[in-house]
Amino acid sequence: MWPDDMGNESDFHVSANGRHAPEAAIVAEGVYKQYHIGLKEQRYDSLLQSTLGWISSPVRNWRQLRRLGQISSDDADDVIWALRDVSFTVNRGEVLGIIGRNGAGKSTLLKILSRITPPTRGRITLNGRVSSLLEVGTGFHPELSGRENVYLNGTILGMTKAEVDRKFDEIVAFSEVEKFIDTPVKRYSSGMRVRLAFAVSAHLESEILLVDEVLAVGDAAFQEKCLRKMGGVAEGGRTVLFVSHNMQVIQQLCHRALLIHGGHIVADGLPAAVIEQYLEDSSANPVPEPIVFSGKAGAIRLKEIRLIQDGYEVGEFVDNHRALQLLFRYDVLEPVRNLLFGFDIFSRDGAHVFRTYDLAAAGMDERLPGSYESIYELPADSFNSGHYYLDLLMGVHRRGWLSRGDIRLKMNFSGSMASDVNYPGVVGPMGRWQVRADSSETGRLGADDMADQVQAKG
Amino acid sequence: MMKSEQIVIEPVNGWQFVDWWELRDYRDLFRFLVDRDIKVLYKQTVLGFGWAILRPLLSMVIFTVIFGNLARVDSDGVPYAIFNYVALVPWLYFSTALSASALSLVSNTDMLTKIYFPRLVFPMTPVVSKLVDFVISFVIIFVLMAVFRIALTIRVLYIPLLVALMMLTAAGTGLWLSAMSVQYRDVKHAIPFLTQILMYAAPVVWSAALIEERFGMIGRILFGLYPMVGVIEGFRSALLNTGPMPWDMLAVGTVSALAIFISGLFYFRRMEAFFADVA
Repeated sequence: MWPDDMGNESDFHVSANGRHAPEAAIVAEGVYKQYHIGLKEQRYDSLLQSTLGWISSPVRNWRQLRRLGQISSDDADDVIWALRDVSFTVNRGEVLGIIGRNGAGKSTLLKILSRITPPTRGRITLNGRVSSLLEVGTGFHPELSGRENVYLNGTILGMTKAEVDRKFDEIVAFSEVEKFIDTPVKRYSSGMRVRLAFAVSAHLESEILLVDEVLAVGDAAFQEKCLRKMGGVAEGGRTVLFVSHNMQVIQQLCHRALLIHGGHIVADGLPAAVIEQYLEDSSANPVPEPIVFSGKAGAIRLKEIRLIQDGYEVGEFVDNHRALQLLFRYDVLEPVRNLLFGFDIFSRDGAHVFRTYDLAAAGMDERLPGSYESIYELPADSFNSGHYYLDLLMGVHRRGWLSRGDIRLKMNFSGSMASDVNYPGVVGPMGRWQVRADSSETGRLGADDMADQVQAKG
Repeated sequence: MMKSEQIVIEPVNGWQFVDWWELRDYRDLFRFLVDRDIKVLYKQTVLGFGWAILRPLLSMVIFTVIFGNLARVDSDGVPYAIFNYVALVPWLYFSTALSASALSLVSNTDMLTKIYFPRLVFPMTPVVSKLVDFVISFVIIFVLMAVFRIALTIRVLYIPLLVALMMLTAAGTGLWLSAMSVQYRDVKHAIPFLTQILMYAAPVVWSAALIEERFGMIGRILFGLYPMVGVIEGFRSALLNTGPMPWDMLAVGTVSALAIFISGLFYFRRMEAFFADVA
């Protein structure tokens, strides 16, 4: 539906050399954004100190609060730069994907583009009306009916009443809640609410659309419908900027992708290449030295990750035809209950292959501070040849993550046999085939034969 | 189909005035927000808009017992109950609009951090939506006038002027407090005391004639700098014929209300850019 070859060969940066230089929809020049993290909690060791601190706290609080809204010198210690010198151009009708890890600056960039927050330096020119889907359903009021909320939400998103009037039937039809349109939204199921909210957003008449992860809502069928609508939006000549962690969606929808890391643009090009760089970059040398991950759920010092086959460390290159042991060595620094230690496996195009935790083996009991090893054994012949990525997961059941995707490991699977052929597909389990003459034609199919056939599925 | 426009996003520095053209584009949003406020206010209540009548009436009963009967506060020659009620109607509008406006940004942070639109619509919404309660309780004044046999005079025509000043004052203070509240949440905790102090500072339970007796003409003019003083005394004069229209107080009150409003606009605009970062 969204052919990969749309704009395969053109370099979107350059618009000056073509006869039909496409007009730029977005031009960002040297954009910086500074945030004050501010409001650090002070710690006191004695009753006297904390009393004095408490008495003087109004003055200190006032100073800190006042700083929140100011711009300070680059290296003040309560300052972080969410974006540094970001420049890019997006042409009219282009669908641009923005990828990067959490905290890389993707969302900050969208917030600046949608004028929620101003840049600290730099300049962005937008040619056309902008609407943003940073979150669907903002401003929905539970006491109001679906109809009233469509009007309210529509005008919040920048439509006029006349525009909503014109699109109203279409919006309601898209949301599939016609029957309940005059019922208060608080009586809706969460799915209905999301559908209605997305329907409003999807019908915005803007030339530039900014989208942040909103497709992670609703059931699969509705998501599919939204994706189709988004694809249609792009084909209608509108420019779309799309932030997502879902590499498949980026691959499917976007003509071009930007990779942001630490507030910089580090790659810009065709989605497939940028996604590969993203996965590759973030997997180089995952644990050069012990790293401490701590949060309110607990604290863990990760020391080592090793890939072992037949008792030998194999590094990145894994023989697909042998079992692989993944060994994780870590210290638990605070007593922790229900620790989840595990990982996600992704294929090179970003598809999520599976997730696993050591919880079943470790049990739910409290883990006392000390050194631990968790070992996972991947059976032989699980994957196809090629790259896979492992994202380490550490968290506490129901209390939150300590780390998710901060540590990424690249694994290069390859078959050792010369006869190996690369088939398409994310996994390549060596199921057992059987081929035989069809005996049912000649009469009976024995119970024993049936058992064999079931086994043959492997 | 779509009008083409160019938007330039640049760092925000220093003071700037309101972008009226942009506000005009969002007038439908303003309308729907006012609509929402009104529709939602008395949802799932038994009395509904009866509360708009009950609140000033109950306050009137309490104040009449304490200040009218026990403390015997002078009420300009009219029964204390109606003397007090006529002041409570504009006062309750002012205090509810002021608190709702002051907290409008803090209570809508999810919208502030996710969608762009002129933030001015938030503190301005209660200034309009609270007029509904005001109008309902205002009508009761005529019922009370009939009960106390007070004749209506032509001066009732001054009321729209007084209402305009009352709204301007609520809007100006709302702008200041709402812009402050995003950064300093102290505002939220201070509002109940602030409205209480402002009520006793205004001649709601007592008569402004007391000020002139004690502090003379100068005192009266200075006191008029608090715009609600002129508004409340104006209501009494226009409806109860307690004396001539307090034009002197209304004049200084209008000047100070305008000053609060315009400075509030500038302050709000200056802070506006950082609301999403700070909220």
